[in-house]
Amino acid sequence: MTTSLIPAFLPELVLCAGALGLFVLCLGMGRVRAGAWVLLATGLLGVVAGGLTWGGEAMLFDGAYRVDGFSQSLKLILCLVLVALVLVSGELRDVREDIRGEYWFLLAASALGFVLVVSCMDILALVVSLELGSFPLYLAVATRRERAGQRSQMESAIKYVMFGVAANAIMLFGLGYLYGLTGTTSLPVMAARLRPLAETPLALAGIGLALAGLFYKLAVLPFQFWTPDVYEGASHETAGVIASLPKLGAVAVMVRWMSLAAPEGRTLPLLLGVLAAGSMFYGNLIALVQRDFKRLLGFSGIAHAGYALLGFVALDQAGAAAAVFYMTSYALMVLACFTVISRVSEDGRNVGIESLAGLHRRSPLLAATLLVGAFGLAGVPPFAGFMGKLALFTAAFDRGHGWLVVVAVINAAIAIYYYLGVVRAAFFGDPGDQPSIRLTPSTKVVCGGLIVGIVLLGVMPGRVLDGLTAVMSTTGMPAVAARGAGS
Amino acid sequence: MPTGTPGDGFGLLSVLIFAPLVAAAVAACLRGDMVLRWWALISTSAIGLASLGLLNRFDPAGTGFQLAERMPWVRSLGIEYRLGVDGMSVLLILLTTGLAPLCVLGSWRYIGVRVKEFMVCLLVMETAMVGVFCALDFVLFFVFWEAMLIPMSLLIGVWGGPRRVYAALKFFVYTMAGSALMLAAIIALRLKAGSFGIPEMMGGGLSPEFQCWVFGAFLLSFAIKVPMVPFHTWLPAAHVEAPTAGSVILAGVLLKMGTYGFLRFSLPITPHAARMFAPWLMWVSVAAILYGGLAALAQTDMKKLVAYSSVGHMGFATLGIFSLTQQGVEGATLVMINHGITTGALFLVVGMLYERLHSRDLARAAGLGRVMPRMAAFLGVFCLSSMAFPGTNSFVGEFLVMAGGFSVSKVLMICAVPGVVAAAAYNLRMLQTVAYGGTANPDHGGIRDLSAREVITLAPLLVLVLWLGLQPAPVVELMQSSVTGVLGMVRPSNAMTLVP
Repeated sequence: MTTSLIPAFLPELVLCAGALGLFVLCLGMGRVRAGAWVLLATGLLGVVAGGLTWGGEAMLFDGAYRVDGFSQSLKLILCLVLVALVLVSGELRDVREDIRGEYWFLLAASALGFVLVVSCMDILALVVSLELGSFPLYLAVATRRERAGQRSQMESAIKYVMFGVAANAIMLFGLGYLYGLTGTTSLPVMAARLRPLAETPLALAGIGLALAGLFYKLAVLPFQFWTPDVYEGASHETAGVIASLPKLGAVAVMVRWMSLAAPEGRTLPLLLGVLAAGSMFYGNLIALVQRDFKRLLGFSGIAHAGYALLGFVALDQAGAAAAVFYMTSYALMVLACFTVISRVSEDGRNVGIESLAGLHRRSPLLAATLLVGAFGLAGVPPFAGFMGKLALFTAAFDRGHGWLVVVAVINAAIAIYYYLGVVRAAFFGDPGDQPSIRLTPSTKVVCGGLIVGIVLLGVMPGRVLDGLTAVMSTTGMPAVAARGAGS
Repeated sequence: MPTGTPGDGFGLLSVLIFAPLVAAAVAACLRGDMVLRWWALISTSAIGLASLGLLNRFDPAGTGFQLAERMPWVRSLGIEYRLGVDGMSVLLILLTTGLAPLCVLGSWRYIGVRVKEFMVCLLVMETAMVGVFCALDFVLFFVFWEAMLIPMSLLIGVWGGPRRVYAALKFFVYTMAGSALMLAAIIALRLKAGSFGIPEMMGGGLSPEFQCWVFGAFLLSFAIKVPMVPFHTWLPAAHVEAPTAGSVILAGVLLKMGTYGFLRFSLPITPHAARMFAPWLMWVSVAAILYGGLAALAQTDMKKLVAYSSVGHMGFATLGIFSLTQQGVEGATLVMINHGITTGALFLVVGMLYERLHSRDLARAAGLGRVMPRMAAFLGVFCLSSMAFPGTNSFVGEFLVMAGGFSVSKVLMICAVPGVVAAAAYNLRMLQTVAYGGTANPDHGGIRDLSAREVITLAPLLVLVLWLGLQPAPVVELMQSSVTGVLGMVRPSNAMTLVP
């Protein structure tokens, strides 16, 4: 227990206060701007709080809640993403006017849920936090403004909820097995008791089913069906949230759960490897023929979840660090794309690839943001996506999953084509008589910030990647295996 | 095993790599097209002069990598920022930094829109190209290798000809797809060698089967870049549509990266596989020489003609490399340098003609020599050089390649002879048509001969053509020990003992 005056759970307190403040605020009408400011301040304070509690270690609530290097790193990342999300969302033009204030509250509650989840060491607390993060997003999908010819948001929301609830049920079923085997809900105790049983069918089934809920959030095969429809049906702002926050949260939880698996087991890596390969091929091949930019990002998101799984196939600290690094860079890159989408679409309509034509004349900054985001997602150096992929591939290769790396590089080559299509429209297309796009200062800030972030993570990933690798020792993941010591 | 002297901190190589990037950052803040052109010219010239310092610092007699710089980059992945040069890379760096100011001069009038973006792309390209030739860490190499793609595609796609978008995308997709497997091979090599350091991987201590896989992955990537037949189809499209400076960079430097890759990676790291595949690749090279020559003969578009001639010339380079003889590899390196000079010059001349005629059609240019005598003089020398006429630079290189090839297989070299004849034919045809051909063409009224700027652009290349043709010894000396070192690693006796 830390003896300092600052409580170890300061970031959570800040977000909780922010969420409650927004709840009070949204009792009145027309407080969109005020809400945005409050949430922005909350996010920034969360970042500060994360920095203040950095390096501290604490066990709270009888070991159900643990503050350590890993959790604080993730909280810092989540708060930074929250700040970016508030800036990207801007005026919430595509959310129904009377509930825009509530939208901010939903976002704050969701962020709080995912910030809580990274510290949970007890599966009950973990499931509750995960749901706290998810439920507001189910609602947020339905908040899109209705207009003639567009009612898909309700369909999307129902899909999102139904799939989500079903996946959660499977996850709870799996957790039930694990509880039955070990008689505890505490993750560290469970991991210790599961160790001798780890390769038994029951334990494997338990872990596999328990992962279902996370696969759903990450959009990994076979829980990916909701993704394109929800991306398409939800407003741009909501889709941006869904593409970033839950995925980061899910990767964090996966790191915790993977400590349950036997480090030398073969079954789980095989299962994850097959799912990763399936997700990559499924996402990339279908993305090739997409015309709607958001649907394209949806399918590519499935593929990216597949890449991230490569880190867990390795089942060691290097792999887990690579997966978290990759998801962080993915969040930045996909947000860059969503920033462009939400600024290009004036009235909140969905954006086809062809309507990006000539973007570099209409707004050079947006075009540059798109270039960096899309090429980053494609894994072209010197952007963050490349370093992330390199880290993932190295981790997987080191543990003898060479075939999976070959599948992944083939997929990266396929993916180039559709990202290139987006950049092609933006840089080589003819804008026709579409007017140039005027950017607000906050948009400029978020564009610049995302570009700098993506390039820095790509050129100087050292500190972040080394730091993440270092904090993985607190997660119970097996340490780095004897790596590449000459053969 | 050549490991070079351990260095640290920033040195000349880092300066050469990052100075263009700094210049690009400054250019992004400047205003006014003329200011930008002058700034680009001054900065690239200064970098070119600074790169001459390499000649001072580099010891041709020394083995291994010199001017080494080394510091950690990403510790948890074992990636280092590690640079170093040998004789071959010094020559290629000089070629790159020397061509850059000429590219700026060649685009002086040609590029009228978005001058700032153009110059920024050009300078970023220079950073990536010099970086490729200096990198001694595989990830660093890969980053520079791929970092060229975006600015080069933009150069083609934004400032290119009518089918520029198609050409830019084709270039991008081809190169990127080719390097995907290279990345997998790099990661696999790291597992075996323990680090991403290129010198550590050399020497061939890998099992033969593993070598074949790695060699295959590299081959795909480098063969596309060279380009070797049948992976050449991106090249005519990219060359024809690219603006003059883009063509010069493509022909002058980018194509060399494929052959450089063979010399730096394929031969020393996978010697067993290189020896195994070399006879096949020599046949492919001969096919490229024949195909390039015949295809060039059939062209009516001058840029396409020069583009296909590149396929043939690069065939000589790969032929020399895979002959695995001292003469062959030295000749191949010379061909790489000479091709950069000669083809770069030809593209510049064609670009100058295009600025006047707004056409690259050979028939439209017929008889231009009457009104442009200075141009005709330059074109004459460059065409002679392109057909490897004795006394010009290309002769020495191709002669050495032929000599090296003869010692391996006489049949093969006899098969290559029609390619040499074709080279003479298409070059003479172009020269004859442009300089003397046709009757007085009414289109040609009011066309001016080369301006002083254009003469200044071409003159250095002319000097190099003649100087390297008459006095190639200094260049050969510069790379001799490096070539010996590379070939020493390919020798069977050396490699087989290390196989576990």
